[in-house]
Amino acid sequence: MGLTYQSTGTLTTREAFNVPASDNQPVIALAGNPNTGKSTVFNALTGLRQHTGNWPGKTVLQTKGTFIHNGRKYTLVDLPGTYSLLANSIDEQVARDFICFAQPEATIVVVDATCLERNLNLALQVIEITNRVVLCVNLMDEARRKQLRIEINGLSKALGIPVVATAARSKEGLPELLDITCKVVSKQLEPNPKAVRYSPEVEEAISRLEPQIKALFGNSINPRWVALRLLDGDMNLIKNLKKYHHRERIKAAREAFA
Amino acid sequence: MSSQISLNNLVEEAQRLTGSRQNEIRDSIVKSIYSTAENIAANTVSSKIERKTNWDRKIDNVLTSPVWGFPIMFGLLALVFWVTITGANIPSAMLAEGLFWIEARLTDFFLAMDAPSWLHGFLVLGVYRSLAWVVSVMLPPMAIFFPIFTLLEDLGYLPRVAFNLDRFFKKAGAHGKQALTMSMGFGCNAAGIIACRVIDSPRERLIATLTNVFVPCNGRFPTLIALATIFISGSVSLSVSSTLATLSVAGLVVLGIAITLLVSWLLSNTLLKGETSLFTLELPPYRKPQVGQVIIRSVLDRTVFVLTRAMLIAAPAGGIIWLLANTYTGDTSILSVIAGWLDPFARHMGLDGFILTAFILGLPANEIVFPILIMSYVSGSAMMEPASLAALRQLLVDGHGWTWLTALCTMIFVLCHWPCGTTLLTIQREQHKGRWTVLAAIIPTVTGILLCTFVNYLVRGLGLI
Amino acid sequence: MAGSTTLNDVPVGSRALVTGVKADGLTRRRLLDLGLVPGTRVEVVRRSPVGDPIAFNIRGAVIALRHEESSKVTVTSI
Repeated sequence: MGLTYQSTGTLTTREAFNVPASDNQPVIALAGNPNTGKSTVFNALTGLRQHTGNWPGKTVLQTKGTFIHNGRKYTLVDLPGTYSLLANSIDEQVARDFICFAQPEATIVVVDATCLERNLNLALQVIEITNRVVLCVNLMDEARRKQLRIEINGLSKALGIPVVATAARSKEGLPELLDITCKVVSKQLEPNPKAVRYSPEVEEAISRLEPQIKALFGNSINPRWVALRLLDGDMNLIKNLKKYHHRERIKAAREAFA
Repeated sequence: MSSQISLNNLVEEAQRLTGSRQNEIRDSIVKSIYSTAENIAANTVSSKIERKTNWDRKIDNVLTSPVWGFPIMFGLLALVFWVTITGANIPSAMLAEGLFWIEARLTDFFLAMDAPSWLHGFLVLGVYRSLAWVVSVMLPPMAIFFPIFTLLEDLGYLPRVAFNLDRFFKKAGAHGKQALTMSMGFGCNAAGIIACRVIDSPRERLIATLTNVFVPCNGRFPTLIALATIFISGSVSLSVSSTLATLSVAGLVVLGIAITLLVSWLLSNTLLKGETSLFTLELPPYRKPQVGQVIIRSVLDRTVFVLTRAMLIAAPAGGIIWLLANTYTGDTSILSVIAGWLDPFARHMGLDGFILTAFILGLPANEIVFPILIMSYVSGSAMMEPASLAALRQLLVDGHGWTWLTALCTMIFVLCHWPCGTTLLTIQREQHKGRWTVLAAIIPTVTGILLCTFVNYLVRGLGLI
Repeated sequence: MAGSTTLNDVPVGSRALVTGVKADGLTRRRLLDLGLVPGTRVEVVRRSPVGDPIAFNIRGAVIALRHEESSKVTVTSI
């Protein structure tokens, strides 16, 4: 598992994202809107074991760190804070490319409990790309202060993924977050996200495109999501898909000759 | 390459399916996601109390009100400075007393050891004294200002500043987020430069980068405060002088912001012409910061930072100054030669050669400029009690002909001169092109020279001095 | 029944319903991404002391838009 060899310098392997790739150290991505306390979560989990650099080829800050849970070491990559993944800015492209192509073993999406509706936008988009997602509802202390109540179980059922309530500033909920995330990594927990239902016109178009996408990419990338991006005319993703597909074919060819 | 063709086929098929309705499809997709989010939130989030007072709104009604918004903003700025100035008085005095007591003991030690006077000079009068200066004069204001600034940041006040000032930045052709990066520059210019990454468009990012230097950073405040305090105190009481010093420093900051806007405007109409990008600013809810934690962590952090820089930069610089001031060619010291060479030019600016030299030697870190200046004035003359304001005032005014105009021009130059070494390095790393780094050094310097010269001649011309 | 207008003309304190976005390309995508899809209720919270930008409550988040952007969102007053 994991993509471990270098391709022709394209952005499709973990090492190309400047993230160490190894079978023994799973990679977890941390996504979320800005202003949600995502960095507090990151700092709480990794402490001083973190390093800040740049995403390759971009002037976007990349922070990654490690933590140990139940005797196993994990890499945590802090993705840029974004409101959406529809790739309207470099930050969004970086976040989206990492989740899609580097395929982390789990992705934690941090949302603000006091602003859930707005924040769910990103979460819904993430679960369209990958199903190995855990929702972290942070700033619960602020929510309590504002007399807001969040139905965590209901949220989990509606989204089809595990949900953990936290107040990262006081470390509340973090052990549970770690537990659940690591279970997702080890496949003890297999989330089953509920897909967003689009208009009939869009759904029809998706079903027309899906078979061909599956034929091209197999199950490595969610075909429904690719269909949506194609319909959206996302040129940037299409370019990266071409590179990814090219690399995958080389890999298949090499294995055939191995 | 049959699968590449397949991928192209897919793209074509998708385009066929959307036809001319690309916009409608896009709208529909985004709408579906938002509707789903809306439904889920409606079903899972509930509020316990019926009518909640929206404190954020109420606060913002005041902080961004047409009448009170700007006065409060400037009032807050002044308040922060006032707290910094008054808060730093006592620790500064205590540190100065203690550290210079140690210096006297060190001197005793050197005398007792019968050490050569050049060794004593280099180590004690140069290296140690510079260290003592930075720690006693520069550290307390820095250790007080930074936590206050961090608290304001954590509270969520900075976006409100951007909200108030945005129209000016728009008129200057700058990105709205420049108000934020400019605010970050108050803490540290290098941090402000890195913050410029939030601006996507390269043109606007460059404008923000090149103008960040016009807000005085943490390392420059103490110099402004020291100069303001020295020249205002004397015949007035402490509280009055603190207030006046606060106002003059705050006034300079306002000047810095005005210059930022002006230079941004110039840049976007000459070198960096282009489109203004779409700008959305979120006004997040106010968060109660963990005051205790922030203060403690920030004070410790700053103290360590300043002490480390003092040892790595100020101490060696002090040694170099002493050498320059006490190595003679003929019967003038090298320092005097350099200062003398710069003097005619400096006089036009309302400064003198020593002041300019101190700025030049202070390139590595702004907080050593003032100590270097004092030391270059002092060296070669009798030992003085540097801790008291009266003594400093005497040194500058009686000893070296300073007037309030000199102080003013120096303060203006503090505001407008080349960025410190760290900032220049950061700019180079962020922009990768040497020409921008060079420009980043030239623009504030030229601005400073022009402004100082103008003020100098204006004041003289008006017969005010 | 109130007619169609643009977001920047809605008085402070009132609400409006988004009917469309009069822009293309990146600007359109960004505005939609903020949640300004047709059918969204927007509340006009305040104007900056110098008149621009204007802060709107869009789906729980308070976001400030400049005249250049808010004039591209067509709404009907509620």
